[in-house]
Amino acid sequence: MLSIDNLHARIEDNGQEILKGLSLEVPAGQVHAIMGPNGSGKSTLSYVLAGKEDYEVTEGGATLNGEDLLEMEADERAAKGVFLAFQYPLEIPGVGTMTFLKATLNAQRRARGEDELSTPAFMKLVREQADALGINQEMLKRPLNVGFSGGEKKRNEILQMALLQPKLAILDETDSGLDIDALKIVADGVNRLRAPDRSFLVITHYQRLLNYIVPDVVHVMSKGRIVRSGGPELALELEARGYADYNEAA
Amino acid sequence: MTELRTIRTAAETALAEAFEAARAVLPGDPEVRARAFDAVAQGLPHRRVEEWKYTDLRALMREARPLAQVPGEKDIAALRAAGLPLGDVDALRLVVLNGTLVPELSDLDRLPAGVELVPLANALATAHPLLKRLGEAGAPGDNAAIALNTAFVSDGALVHVSEGVKLDRPLHVVFAQAGAGHAAYGRVLVVADKGAAFDLIESHAGEGAHQTNSYVEILAGDDTAIRHTKLQTESLSALHLGTLAVTLGARAKFDSLAVARGSAVARQQVFLTFAGEGIEANLRGVSLVGGKRHLDTTLLVDHVKPGGISREQFKAALEGEGRSVFQGKIIVRQAAQKTDGRMMTKALMLSDSAEADLKPELEIYADDVQCAHGATCGALDEEQVFYLMARGLPRAEAEAILVAAFVEDVFDTVEDDALREALTAVAEEWLAARN
Repeated sequence: MLSIDNLHARIEDNGQEILKGLSLEVPAGQVHAIMGPNGSGKSTLSYVLAGKEDYEVTEGGATLNGEDLLEMEADERAAKGVFLAFQYPLEIPGVGTMTFLKATLNAQRRARGEDELSTPAFMKLVREQADALGINQEMLKRPLNVGFSGGEKKRNEILQMALLQPKLAILDETDSGLDIDALKIVADGVNRLRAPDRSFLVITHYQRLLNYIVPDVVHVMSKGRIVRSGGPELALELEARGYADYNEAA
Repeated sequence: MTELRTIRTAAETALAEAFEAARAVLPGDPEVRARAFDAVAQGLPHRRVEEWKYTDLRALMREARPLAQVPGEKDIAALRAAGLPLGDVDALRLVVLNGTLVPELSDLDRLPAGVELVPLANALATAHPLLKRLGEAGAPGDNAAIALNTAFVSDGALVHVSEGVKLDRPLHVVFAQAGAGHAAYGRVLVVADKGAAFDLIESHAGEGAHQTNSYVEILAGDDTAIRHTKLQTESLSALHLGTLAVTLGARAKFDSLAVARGSAVARQQVFLTFAGEGIEANLRGVSLVGGKRHLDTTLLVDHVKPGGISREQFKAALEGEGRSVFQGKIIVRQAAQKTDGRMMTKALMLSDSAEADLKPELEIYADDVQCAHGATCGALDEEQVFYLMARGLPRAEAEAILVAAFVEDVFDTVEDDALREALTAVAEEWLAARN
């Protein structure tokens, strides 16, 4: 599914290298967690994969099902099935949440040569998914993320993911700012989407989220590289011992 | 020191000539007109006059058009055939075509009980008692746009809404233009007695390179609730000078939304006085500027009495070599304790050659107030663009959505569906043309 090979990336503005030869394979149907100390480059990895323009890839590559992701614009990657759940979803005043959801869904369908959804079909789809995530209709009438609580924003990200049905979902610190109830709702939403043809990259600083979204593989990231990989028990070890070893070792 | 200026511009010479010709035929007291014209007799305001620093009228108004003729049957029929602006908005209409109130196109005979209307030309000719109230809102008579209006005004209306009268349909003053090459001056005074509640719409439209000068004055009594909407979609070669002057009584509620999309050069000015306690006023505006157009919004909010709440939110979206000017001043007089005033202005720059001049000002003499102002000027937020692109929207589509959102956000509070849709349509048309 996702294959990253010796990826080097730097911030375009100041040339600071953040990713320093990162390699990673996420097979179809698996959930991989990436854990690591602050500043290890976790969020940068998610942005580089999603196509943010502030970064420049200087070496290495990343492919999704054999297609070179790095050659594509962010919207093309989305149409190919890449979804990034933002750590800080943006507030966009003046854009209704429903309008936005419909525009994104139809843009992806168009890019894939599929017919646009009719309004009734779209409404039905949104209602089903929103109900499952405990998102009420009132929230969907508001401008996108404006005045949403932290939990509402994250649930809205998962709603988008459920509607867009990505092949690769990257969750960037989706647990940050969530209380335990919201965390469970979000995790349930993710677990419902687990499928043999869908992979997840779950980026988190804390082990807590992984109690609810149980990963197949846990990677430890430090200073722009994957420095260790293991099973779910690795997350527990990190929780117990902290990241000190990796800060010093890397 | 008196400034000596011996060289008049062509426009200034033409204005003086036009005034000499017009004063003899225009109705009403010629002395009132002559006194008003004195304010501009020495010339039009220019960039060294602070109030006109960013809108140098002397330089921008290259010529002065002759006063419009009274519209003929053909003009009236043509306007009827073309359809009035905001035609889908159910309203009581007053149509001022080329500066003349046209009863055939207006709803003068359908006015509800409690609403009295006198055509301004009749009032001027008969020294109607309501004339005495012209200027009561307190806007400066020597302001160039106001002075020109007072000197040249041909017609308009005096409207009186009686105590407690609530109108279920808006009053819509249609300032329309037929033909080109003329100047049209219209004036409307609305006196709202205690507790009156209604919506007032003014629309400005017309093809051709004309010059328009409108002056709308509202004297709102205690406990009134008035919502005002201005839509300016004049020809892109027109010159538009528009003044709104409002004075509010105690506990009055006043809302205003101004959408400026038309004209080559426009100055819309608002003078708002909080003359009673506990008033709430909310002023919003959107300027859509492209090509080499110039749109100026100049605002003066004067808190005279305590406990007033004012909100001002003005936005401009700029393309090409468009230029927008926002000057907003909030004055809080010493007696106006507990005033809460917030003014925000934002310019969205969609081109490298556009210019936005934003000048928010606070002048506070009271010591127990909450006042704030802010101004932002910038391109689209790249983080927002990325968010939309990461969901699959191509860049052009993502940008179009964000620009539309920036503009149309202001329309969210418009309750009348037909009006909101019409305003949105004007914005969409500009978003597609960007001129």
